[in-house]
Amino acid sequence: MDVLALLADGFATSLSPLNLMIVILGVTAGLFIGAMPGLGSVNGVAIVLPLTFIVPPSSAIILLCAIYYGAMYGGAISSVLLGIPGSSTAVATTFDGRPMAQQGKAGLALIAAAMASFIGGTISVVLFTVFAVPLADLALAFGPAEEFALVLLAFTTFVGLGGDDVLKTLIMICLGLVLSTVGLDLISGQPRLIFFDEPGFYSGISFLVLAIGVYGVGEVLYTIETQRKSPSVTPAKLTFKELWLGMKAINRLWKTMSLGSFLGFFVGMLPAAGATPAALMAYGMAKTTSKSPETFGKGNIEGVAAPETANNAASTGSLLPMLTLGIPGSPTTALLLGGMVMWGLVPGPMLFIEQPDFVWGLISSLYTANFAAVAINLALIPLFVWALRMPFTVLCALVLVLCLVGGYAPSQKLHDVWLILGFGVAGYLLRKADYPLAPLVLALVLGPLMEKSFRQTLISEQGNVMAFFERPLSASFMAIALLFFLLPLLKVLRKNISKDKVAPAE
Amino acid sequence: MQAADRLIALSIIGMSLYFMSDAVALPIGWNGETGGPGGGAFPFWLSLIMALAAGGVLVRSFLQDRTQQAFFDHVTLRSVIAVTVAVAVTIALMPYAGSYIAIPLFMFWYLKIYGRHGWVLTGILTLSTPVFLFFFFEVTLKILLPKGWTEPLFIPLYATFF
Amino acid sequence: MINIFTRRSAMALAASALLTAGAALPAAASDWAPNKPIEMVIMAGQGGGADRLARLFQSIIQKEKLATMPVLPVNKGGGSGAEALRYLKDNGGDDHKIMATLNSYYTTPLRTDIGVDIEEFTPIARMALDTFVLWVNADSDIQTLDDWVAAVKASGGTWKMGGTGTGQEDSLVTAMLENEFDIEITYVPFKGGGDVAKNLVGGHIDSTVNNPSEQMGFYNAGKARPIAAFTPERLEAFPDVPTARELGHDIVYWMQRSFVGPKDMPAEAVAYYTELFRALSQTEEWQTYTKEKALMADFLSGDELQAYFLEEREKHAEILNMMGESS
Repeated sequence: MDVLALLADGFATSLSPLNLMIVILGVTAGLFIGAMPGLGSVNGVAIVLPLTFIVPPSSAIILLCAIYYGAMYGGAISSVLLGIPGSSTAVATTFDGRPMAQQGKAGLALIAAAMASFIGGTISVVLFTVFAVPLADLALAFGPAEEFALVLLAFTTFVGLGGDDVLKTLIMICLGLVLSTVGLDLISGQPRLIFFDEPGFYSGISFLVLAIGVYGVGEVLYTIETQRKSPSVTPAKLTFKELWLGMKAINRLWKTMSLGSFLGFFVGMLPAAGATPAALMAYGMAKTTSKSPETFGKGNIEGVAAPETANNAASTGSLLPMLTLGIPGSPTTALLLGGMVMWGLVPGPMLFIEQPDFVWGLISSLYTANFAAVAINLALIPLFVWALRMPFTVLCALVLVLCLVGGYAPSQKLHDVWLILGFGVAGYLLRKADYPLAPLVLALVLGPLMEKSFRQTLISEQGNVMAFFERPLSASFMAIALLFFLLPLLKVLRKNISKDKVAPAE
Repeated sequence: MQAADRLIALSIIGMSLYFMSDAVALPIGWNGETGGPGGGAFPFWLSLIMALAAGGVLVRSFLQDRTQQAFFDHVTLRSVIAVTVAVAVTIALMPYAGSYIAIPLFMFWYLKIYGRHGWVLTGILTLSTPVFLFFFFEVTLKILLPKGWTEPLFIPLYATFF
Repeated sequence: MINIFTRRSAMALAASALLTAGAALPAAASDWAPNKPIEMVIMAGQGGGADRLARLFQSIIQKEKLATMPVLPVNKGGGSGAEALRYLKDNGGDDHKIMATLNSYYTTPLRTDIGVDIEEFTPIARMALDTFVLWVNADSDIQTLDDWVAAVKASGGTWKMGGTGTGQEDSLVTAMLENEFDIEITYVPFKGGGDVAKNLVGGHIDSTVNNPSEQMGFYNAGKARPIAAFTPERLEAFPDVPTARELGHDIVYWMQRSFVGPKDMPAEAVAYYTELFRALSQTEEWQTYTKEKALMADFLSGDELQAYFLEEREKHAEILNMMGESS
């Protein structure tokens, strides 16, 4: 087969000693950068980009991909250990990862996350190898209407998860959406909600600021309180027995993980959507199809595996529009794209035809990077788990310092650091008053995409709201979204009906 | 508990009203000419929903039975405020005294005074954190942290490491 | 008291540090050279065209070792660059901060009152002028500018032109087109040029006025068709595409890519950066890049650059006025 021959050629490049060394170096660096709250793959890639002129382009792109993959794995580490999602793609991982760590199963959660990432990464690379070229057309078929329908779908999967106080959930979703509109209104080109005329608000409120605030600072404040009453984190121990149990537990998750991989790859492939909605949808799917949905959010290993497979699969998927269409799906892929342009490669429909060596070298390096990432990650888990055994006051001091510096690093504005403190205190109070925080954070992530695509569609269609239902792709997403929205309602109804049936018999 | 719940609901209502007053600077209605809602529409109407939902929480708190559980106890409140103030002081110091003074000071306060740890542990962590920050953020990642008055001290370091 | 003391001792330290740093450098003693990393503020967010270009500059500087200290890009794209402009204003006199600009350098202060007068900033160097071309999907029947105008008129105001945010370059060119041909266009703003290009090829919008660099990939694949260029002369990359001026419609529009410094930047520092960018403009990498991307590499610095900025600001004020009247 043609593809296999090309791939074999690719492996010949990516398995050379120099490139192998680069992969290991890149993955390790990426892992640590990704594990740092506030820093993610985008920082890693931005730093290495100019350095890549020293090595040949094929090695350079391997280094960049290794860092990209390493950081994706690393994001889960901070989600599980500290409860702070290192990037928006890792929010869903905290839902069950954090409870597992609190129950002393941090090791197991990390193993699950690493293995799930590996499987998601591998399945998606295989999909990428086989379908990269034909799938580019599907990405093109996605206009604003489809984008809106997809984001709505991601939203409803999440709302369908429910469980919390309805009014308070509604407040948090609205708050997140309103905060997401701060800054510039793209459509009219006018600034809006610039509170107190602070120039810092011009760039809006970034996900990282809110997440580090409520999950980092807020969590520390919350733990200070609970710690006084009873210790909340059971120190984790990592033994070979546990490792074995972990592997066995993962073996039962094949259904969740393959579902997550496919979902992640296809959603991640769509420009503008990316890994965050993918991870959320995978979590939602895992919960709805699970036999015991009530254990989700309380430390179910499936709740870690599902989003982790999906976000790694999505990060591979998002390379597809970048390579085949020249459209970056995320800031990280935008930087990768910039790198390719610097080496004189023109991403776009012609790349696969004109530069097969490069493309297949890249694809094969995704395989090696994935292997290296899982191996290094598993080897380092004992170290990460050991960090959790630090005395509580030491851990809190370090987390707070990381929050301050990590919050400053991406934008280099003290304004953001103040916001982190503000969100931290607010998040702590809201959490004490039983307001759910995840909807707030997710609404902030999905809000801008939702508003933008909604208004773009209406402008294109001269204000015709039915446009969303007239196009086949967006109509089918809307239908699934409606189904997800009604699902919890149906469940309640069914319960009531069965109750009614029981009642007369009594 | 109930008093706190009401207070939070009230402040959410207040915040929503503030958001709404800011949002009306841009059109909030349906713009027939360009199609679709105006720039202020999303923040305005969502804030309104938020205010109404918070109103619902407020009303509900009056209908429910009283719970006797306190929102805060004194000891907790004191430590939470102490940590919050310490973080605020650290951030306020960063642009003037620089991160490399503000952060070790914070570490020292947290470990020695608040956490009552020994001198050895405090010393090691307080001194190694800024070194780690410098090499990880500045040298490796090329992200400069605020230095304030200490900036000139770093010029020889820049000459050596960059 | 304590304040004064620390400041003074800090200054003394700075002086001695400068001496040691100066000694390590090969440059002549009288020459100014940066003694800490140079902050390159980018007036746009990560991943956009302006950002990619700024990072290309950073890479070339590093590769060719044009500067002794690293250049660190920082994105301050909020509010169409309002954030970056305010930041530069608040750092007057700083000799380690430069800003990569685009046309929002004029339009943002004109459109919203942010208390910034660009006349105060220090011009450093203009690196290039980016060009604008009218594009349609290759599947459409439109071959010439006249076809396009006819098609827009036939659509009765529902013709969808995609571009970057309202008030930014693409929307200005669209307004100029509307004015010139007396037509009505539905303008759909997107987040960046890449997004616009994809939506054109995917058939979600009818035409764009993208920079060639943003549409090049699809053009090479035969999926997008250039109709007319908004340049005075034909572009080397598209020798068969007529300019609007040739066809009797005087629409010329550029996107400038320049560097400026804050107000009151010391003259020696300005000279240093001007030389740095002059050297950069002569590197092979930069020259190949401009040729491939249909960019006009037109170096300009000093007072000439300032005069250019002020003239452009006038022009943009006029276009914005016109837009305000039409809507």
